[in-house]
Amino acid sequence: MHGISFDIAHMLAGFLVLASFSMLYQVRLYALLNVLALHAFVLALSVAWQAHIQDAPHLYITALIALGFKAILIPWALRKIVFRLGIHREIEAVGGIGPTMLAGMALVALSLEVMLPVTALADPVAREDIALALSVVLIGLLTMVTRRNAVSQVVGFLSLENGIILAAAGARGMPLVVEISVAFSVLVACIVVGIFLFRIRERFDSVDVGVMDTFRGGQG
Amino acid sequence: MIAPLLVQFAQMLLVLALAPLLTGLVRKVKARLQRRVGPPLVQPYRDLRRLMGKDAVMAENASWLFRVAPYTIFACTWVAAALVPTFATGLMFSWTGDLIVVAALLGTARFALSLAALDIGTAFGGIGASREAMIASLAEPATILIVFCVALIAGSTQLSNIADHMLNAHVGLRVSLALALVALIVVTLTENARIPVDNPATHLELTMVHEAMVLEYSGRHLAMIELSVSLKLLVYISIVACIFFPVGLAGAGAGPLAMAVGAAVYPIKLAIGGVLLGIFEMSIAKMRVFRLPNFVGAALMLGLLGVLLLFVSRGM
Amino acid sequence: MIAIVPGCIAILVALGVAGAILARAPVGRWIVYGGCLLVGSTSLVAGLIAIGGPTEHLVLPLGVPWIGMHLRLDSLSGFFLALLGLGAAGASLFAIGYGRHDQEPQRILPFYPLFLAGMHLVLLADDTFTFLFAWEFMSATSWALVVAQHKDEGNAHAAFVYLVMAVFSGLAMLLAFGMLAGAAGAYTFDAMRAAHPTAGVVAAAFAFALIGAGSKAGLVPLHVWLPLAHPAAPSPVSALMSGVMTKIAIYGFVRVVFDLLGGVPWWAATIVAILGGIGAVLGVLHATMERDLKRLLAYSTVENIGIVFVGLGLAMAFQANGFPTGAALALTAALFHALNHTLFKSLLFFGAGAVLHATGTRDIENLGGLIKRMPVTAATVLVGCFAISALPPMNGFASEWLIFQAILLRPELPQWGLKLAIPADGALLALAAALAAACFVRAFGIAFLGRPRTPAAEQAHETDIWSRAAMGIFAGLCLLTGLFPGAIIDLLAPVAQAMTGARMPVQTGDPWLTTVPVASSRSSYNGLLLFLFVAASGGLAAMVVRRVGSAVLRRVPPWDCGFPDPSPMTQYTAASMGQPIERVYGTAIFRARSTVDMPAPGDMRPARLTRTRSDPVWDAVYAPLGRCVTFVSSHLNVLQFLTIRRYLGFVFGALIVLLAALALWQ
Repeated sequence: MHGISFDIAHMLAGFLVLASFSMLYQVRLYALLNVLALHAFVLALSVAWQAHIQDAPHLYITALIALGFKAILIPWALRKIVFRLGIHREIEAVGGIGPTMLAGMALVALSLEVMLPVTALADPVAREDIALALSVVLIGLLTMVTRRNAVSQVVGFLSLENGIILAAAGARGMPLVVEISVAFSVLVACIVVGIFLFRIRERFDSVDVGVMDTFRGGQG
Repeated sequence: MIAPLLVQFAQMLLVLALAPLLTGLVRKVKARLQRRVGPPLVQPYRDLRRLMGKDAVMAENASWLFRVAPYTIFACTWVAAALVPTFATGLMFSWTGDLIVVAALLGTARFALSLAALDIGTAFGGIGASREAMIASLAEPATILIVFCVALIAGSTQLSNIADHMLNAHVGLRVSLALALVALIVVTLTENARIPVDNPATHLELTMVHEAMVLEYSGRHLAMIELSVSLKLLVYISIVACIFFPVGLAGAGAGPLAMAVGAAVYPIKLAIGGVLLGIFEMSIAKMRVFRLPNFVGAALMLGLLGVLLLFVSRGM
Repeated sequence: MIAIVPGCIAILVALGVAGAILARAPVGRWIVYGGCLLVGSTSLVAGLIAIGGPTEHLVLPLGVPWIGMHLRLDSLSGFFLALLGLGAAGASLFAIGYGRHDQEPQRILPFYPLFLAGMHLVLLADDTFTFLFAWEFMSATSWALVVAQHKDEGNAHAAFVYLVMAVFSGLAMLLAFGMLAGAAGAYTFDAMRAAHPTAGVVAAAFAFALIGAGSKAGLVPLHVWLPLAHPAAPSPVSALMSGVMTKIAIYGFVRVVFDLLGGVPWWAATIVAILGGIGAVLGVLHATMERDLKRLLAYSTVENIGIVFVGLGLAMAFQANGFPTGAALALTAALFHALNHTLFKSLLFFGAGAVLHATGTRDIENLGGLIKRMPVTAATVLVGCFAISALPPMNGFASEWLIFQAILLRPELPQWGLKLAIPADGALLALAAALAAACFVRAFGIAFLGRPRTPAAEQAHETDIWSRAAMGIFAGLCLLTGLFPGAIIDLLAPVAQAMTGARMPVQTGDPWLTTVPVASSRSSYNGLLLFLFVAASGGLAAMVVRRVGSAVLRRVPPWDCGFPDPSPMTQYTAASMGQPIERVYGTAIFRARSTVDMPAPGDMRPARLTRTRSDPVWDAVYAPLGRCVTFVSSHLNVLQFLTIRRYLGFVFGALIVLLAALALWQ
């Protein structure tokens, strides 16, 4: 059988999970953006590998989109935003890093436990890829939940989206149109978020979303 | 009977002979990267000879423990080094202990060193011992989890069997092994008091950990400790090499030719490890003490993740 | 063989009476402790013989009329009898010397042998009445010993908490046996073994046994009494309570779960394994922050009990999945660790007792430098510290190594709970072992090394010959069991065979006395060879270095980076030693906080550092429970001051309600 191609697919998916964990671990904003670029780069590699083993040339385009937009363009743009905003480089995490990483571990266990039995009949490459993709999605959500800074929430969102693309690439027969539209919607979301960041900053003098809470009605 | 015994002793002498050279190499690499000439490669040997020739100076209130500790530390580290396959697997006494025993022996050495640090009753010894305890409390479980990860794949905790398995069975690329490798590298940096955990070249009170513990030692006692430090670095690099890069290792009962190949490849592996370590140390800054739990804890988490993956799915 | 043990119990009861009569005479101490020493040695031998011997029964015409008292001595009770005998002999030997310093011997001497008698009877009991009687007797006599030093601050509170928890434990055991007895009301263990309980009954009996035995053993979250009660007793009794009585509780658990129930479902194994792992880490973290030497040891008992329960949980998991060899390995490891804990914890409590007597304090912040004043105590305690920190070649390492091997067996366990619990347990155990090393470096380093911090520590003196002998023997045993773990594994083989239906491979035939838990291609460990290698290379290094280099040794004042300070107050304290670990782990788990109250410039008052921490279990479970009880009882208090007519009304009302319930039920 194609043992080594399995292994490389798993390995790349595993690296994606590892990159998600280093996102949870990072406390500096610039470093976090570097990790985001790495995350997207690993995703591009993983999708390209899927294109190779599935003989699906359209996945190469997905890989290129991931590489171009997410590994280069968006981190660069976010870096500019961070620089322009001059925001504090340390991300304030809710709860310590240790508990957050433990929670991430629990999420990985959960997604493996949920996905492996469900996909028992699926293609063995796809099986574990999908399980790992779900953990990337969940860790992305966790990143968003545990960070106070709006930029790092965007980063969490992007990594979440990477997980979705990984899952999609693993499942055969995903039409290209869907992937391109997903990619563009993310880009649009990024632009919107970018604009919002500036608006928030102008309004509240901070991008800490905690500050906004005090302006919410009904809480006094 | 005699030949395996000789090979076993050859390994023990080999590690002892190479250990200071490895330390010298790392120092040299770091110096060159700083555009310094740096001390010659054999400087650690000279240091050891000089230290041994000097009188041992000891505090008045030091107890017997302070004098016994250096030899204990050295003996534990040396025996640990003897249990790790360097150029050949399945040496005569390799079954005396497995990878858990190797880790625990280094733990015994640390225990003795921490006690010796507290023996004089100075503030520096205490500060070093307490920080060492904190760091070790994360690094040791990380080591054990890495052992679990590797042992679950190889079906053995015996280093010789693990190396044979990695060499001969088609293990392939495993996610959990990759996690274990990253974790083991972090543990290696931590246990050997390298940057970013500790700076082996500093004597700045606020940052030092290991150096604070050996501050009161001198002469032959210090020589033993310095030698153990070099040996420990060699042990860890050897463990990384024999689990993850077992190329060239002579199998159990191999002929002299295979042994010779193994003995030729081993220093090359050590040299690569030493150079990479030097480059890594130069490209990163030392962390604050209370940032360390995150760094070492990450290794613990990676080890745990690897073990979890192995328990949940055979394929990873 | 079995007849010897009731004889031992009778002698112990007689010694209790003798202790009550002769309490004030110096000879009383000799008779009571000397007698207990002999009885303990007899039990040790009897237990060792019984492990490999046949199962024996005995019915005594005592206890409940027409039913009698059923006794049984099999391999399991034989092992624990040997363990009890060993612990009792050691503690009695220590007490012969140590008992001289008891303030009020009349509060200790009568109860000490009775306590031992109660523990003997638990091990032999083969019916519910005898077991529960013995269990409660053990609790009551140990309570009397806890309250013996009632004048010390806090001991009354400790005794009260202990009493409440002991009653609770007895009640849970009663319910467990009630479940096992079933509708037929079987009261002998033989009838319970023969019965085939339904799944619901098994679950309930398991839960009650876990609560009952767990609270006696100090399993988290039922451990709160242990760090209060164990240190409050005199040191030999502390050693007995920590080293032996917790093992009797483990015996109760093993007896119910493995023998009477004959296996439990996998979820039960998951609960036990996870509670054990959490207990191990919580216990040792508490110990690392503790400054009271005896309480530190008590918290470390919580840790070790956790480790034993992890082993038991693994054995239950393997058994539930039809993997008897794995179950045998895990059970052997757990029982081996129980034995080791008896050895090193007794030894350390002896050491703590010797230090307490020599300096008058248990606070390690007031000690220091004892290694020079008390060389024998220091050396033996050092051996105990090595052993309890699970460092090779001592015995603690051998048993933990076996538990790790059991974790690594990984048969294809199908249940998700076990798949997640076992790796988590591995991590928790490894964490506990590393923290234990930190804890005992701190305890030994602060108490025995450095410079004396107080005049009391400076004028400490070595303890008496009996105490030293007890400590020396136990230190030797710690080393011996570490060097020859194969002998203990073989000794435990009949127990594992009886409980799990399988045994570990025979060890004594292996070359060089190597320990091979499964197969030599999997793992092997040779403590003896390791020890010899370390000793030889250390000796060789010392010889070569002194020959090649300089052998001169000069004594000078400490260097300390050029600023030696003669005041011992500048040494590192226990608090600062524990601070990094407290900050890393304690901030989240124990809500450990330290605040500095710094006076303004010009203000003459001293700056103050306040440190607080709280037990999460106490805050989450016991404190609300306590408040609830207080609330209810204070509101029920009004019932105390009513007229007689109202009381009669209550009685009348209760009668009517009962009759009405009867009418409705029919």
